[in-house]
Amino acid sequence: MIPGIVETTLDILSIVSLVLGLFFLFVGTLGLLRLPDVYNRLHATTKCDTLGAGLVLLSMALQSNLATGIRLGLLIMFIVITNPTAAHVIARAAYNTGIRPQLSERKADD
Amino acid sequence: MNLDEIISFLYNLGAVMVMLMIFMSLFRAIAGPTAPDRVAAISIIGTKTLVIITLIARVYEQVYFLDIAMVYALMSFITTIGVAKYMEKGALD
Repeated sequence: MIPGIVETTLDILSIVSLVLGLFFLFVGTLGLLRLPDVYNRLHATTKCDTLGAGLVLLSMALQSNLATGIRLGLLIMFIVITNPTAAHVIARAAYNTGIRPQLSERKADD
Repeated sequence: MNLDEIISFLYNLGAVMVMLMIFMSLFRAIAGPTAPDRVAAISIIGTKTLVIITLIARVYEQVYFLDIAMVYALMSFITTIGVAKYMEKGALD
């Protein structure tokens, strides 16, 4: 068995997780900028940001010791619980203040 | 260039990239046509700031930055809930 193969595997998994997390954060930001409606923007950004932040934090938890890993795990759990809750509250407030989803065709110049 | 240097470089680069994404989100917070757009953009900026704080904690090897990140996440969540409730009911009672 090659010495240090566990550390090398964890490093490679950490790099893959970090790059995937940054990709999902970028896709969420792009959805926030490009989509036409507030519900579309919430739909895009909430899921992509939750997954991206969770993957970036997991990438750091794969390399740390136990105390740091527990803190990062608590942060991941907190993000996964609170981010969809905040998006749901924002969408409910938008609906109750009279903003309706766009049901027609998208504009030609957008 | 071994694997540890590559990982440290990637964490630094990731912090800079998330900072640029925050500036992109700030456009929606400034120019968003309705109020929920702005609130959603501020919530997203809060999540990305949490990611930046944890990346900086990894870069500078300071563990207590993670506690600051937890407090920041809590304050961001409470702010979003409060603003959304104020937007919906017109009062915070």
